[in-house]
Amino acid sequence: MELAMKPEQMKKKFFTPWVIALTLIAINGLIFLAIRFFWGIGAVTNLSNEHPWGIWIGIDVAAGVALAAGGFTTAALGHIMHRDKYEAVIRPALLTAMLGYTFVAVSVAVDLGRYYSIWHPLIYWNGNSALFEVGMCVMIYVTVLYIEFLPIVTERFIGRVNLPGVLSRLNGTIDKILRALDRGLNKTMFIFIIAGVVLSCLHQSSLGTLMIIAGPKMHPLWQTPVLPLLFLLSAFSVGFPMVIMESITASKSFGLKPETHILSKLGSMVGPLLGIYLAFKLGDMFIRETFVYLTELTTESVMFSIEILLGVVIPLRMFLSNEVRKSPTGLYIASVLVIFGVLLNRINNFLVAYTPPYETASYFPSIGEISVTLGFVCMEILLYRFFVKHFPIISIPDKAGINKAKYSIKGA
Amino acid sequence: MNKQNRRDFLKSVTTVGITAAGLSAAAPTKLNAAPENVLSEDRMGVLVDTTVCIGCRKCEWACKESHGMHAGDIEDYDEKGIFNSRRRPDHTGHTVVNEYENDKNRSLPIYLKVQCMHCDRPACVSACIVGAFSKKESGAVIWDDSKCIGCRYCMVACPFQIPAFDYHKALEPDIHKCDFCFDRTKNGKLPACVEICPVETLTYGKRSDLIQVARNKIKNYPDRYLDHIFGETEVGGTSWLYLASKEFEKLDFPKLGKNPAPGVSESIQHGIFAYFIPPIALYALLGGIMWISKNRDKSEGEAH
Repeated sequence: MELAMKPEQMKKKFFTPWVIALTLIAINGLIFLAIRFFWGIGAVTNLSNEHPWGIWIGIDVAAGVALAAGGFTTAALGHIMHRDKYEAVIRPALLTAMLGYTFVAVSVAVDLGRYYSIWHPLIYWNGNSALFEVGMCVMIYVTVLYIEFLPIVTERFIGRVNLPGVLSRLNGTIDKILRALDRGLNKTMFIFIIAGVVLSCLHQSSLGTLMIIAGPKMHPLWQTPVLPLLFLLSAFSVGFPMVIMESITASKSFGLKPETHILSKLGSMVGPLLGIYLAFKLGDMFIRETFVYLTELTTESVMFSIEILLGVVIPLRMFLSNEVRKSPTGLYIASVLVIFGVLLNRINNFLVAYTPPYETASYFPSIGEISVTLGFVCMEILLYRFFVKHFPIISIPDKAGINKAKYSIKGA
Repeated sequence: MNKQNRRDFLKSVTTVGITAAGLSAAAPTKLNAAPENVLSEDRMGVLVDTTVCIGCRKCEWACKESHGMHAGDIEDYDEKGIFNSRRRPDHTGHTVVNEYENDKNRSLPIYLKVQCMHCDRPACVSACIVGAFSKKESGAVIWDDSKCIGCRYCMVACPFQIPAFDYHKALEPDIHKCDFCFDRTKNGKLPACVEICPVETLTYGKRSDLIQVARNKIKNYPDRYLDHIFGETEVGGTSWLYLASKEFEKLDFPKLGKNPAPGVSESIQHGIFAYFIPPIALYALLGGIMWISKNRDKSEGEAH
């Protein structure tokens, strides 16, 4: 049997040349964000009455939600199907999902004209609106993710609460609260874990329902009544590739050996998932006979072909190969292709496919929009690095042989 | 959950189940908490006879004037140079008149007034996340400033590309669109554009009557009009109806089917959330799988 895995805090220093570069990109994004808040959305974006949604919705929100799918897919695998061997990847995936959804919420707020009214859906309901459903689900799911993360916080601080100065008098009380919290969560965590998976299935698919109401404004290659199903299936297939990509990147960054045996087992599930997605995508194309649009050379036909070939077909073939799954490089490339495919699919659905009836200019994101989007991505990576340094997230082989059960994830 | 025994687990599952059932019992009433969307038999409409319009743009002025927008001098609206480009309604004006070539008589261009069509089954009402849009008994589709969060989903949804947004306001940006002079008509007044129109291009009346009027016009003057009332059936019907001498597509009207714009998305939404049964069923299914997998693991552990 392999060595037991145990989540540990990473010890490497926070700042490296790469981290400094990421920080600068993040600051650049913040500058443009400030302009947006002082002078309005029009001051930094290329949005118009023709193109009301840009990359802040297409990438930050739609693709952001899809790429955070690692959280619920690993939770389903590890907790619900109870496959213990995947425990090592659950915490990193949970952290990514938590950060990812937090930034989805922040991005929505940035894009809202009246960001300070973001809470309105809580009191003004519209059950007919797909956006209402997405909004409510995401709101609840973010809360669920924070609750799922709490046991990691209690594990980090129980017996180690050490506040400075006068506050140190509270140490005992806080420790007691943490212990009570830990016990409570231990008993109830499964409720939140199942809820997390249900909520994810709901809003991942409803995100696809969003564009259906745009009707003929959306290119027929993408506009289909099965969009919700396609969005859900693509979210299923991108979950594990995200986990694999992040795990390999983190291993490299922290000088660890990649957990190839776990990752290649995860990889073996990606092939079938991608296959199902591709089958529905192509089936839909043949039933609606939209392949006729592929015979003409347009932006839409080119983008659709890239999305299918580079983002689905090639990685599907790669994940079905034993050799690729056994090598970290192969796994990495295949995973990045799947991620690219889903990212492109969301961009295509929300931006490329959208052609308003009175279009005078096509949409391309402004420097400001790109800066903010890149800034958010960098902030997410920096926060990820901060969290894995200060909380036990990434599992390493447990050489000391400490009882594994002690650190098993609560609710498992 | 390692420490938790089977009875505890069952107990918790039951609790969750009861809570969920309670929620679902309360759900139908909550689901009705959709925005007002009345389709009154007596709803009003406007018939636009584009063969009559002279392009004086007085309607643009009256619209701005009655909605407290900067209207300027009415004389300035005689300026014809503005017709060199096609305009769309936006935050500076909720209606615009555009000029099109008349194939039958080049010296008499076709003028076309553009504003919200006030759909019978409006996409904006269905789409709006907070239900800030509503379809009133009068036929008007109006926007509620106090609910709007500025997400611009109405703009994505609208098949006529009508709602416009204040992109250059950092605080309280509004969605701009024709409100069918909701406040004026409520007090028995005509919509501002209808009232000022000097040549009776615009006829305000009950939508069902207007369709009759339009049919008679087409019957009596078959050379003057195309046999098509735009808005009678498009996207399930609109309160504003158009007659023209030239194909509507050549007048920049979008080609739309008869199905209401929100039809497909609403059936999907209501399918997924039919009395909350599908989500609850999924929850129960996953709970079951979780319980079985856990016990399988446990019995395997005991066997070793």
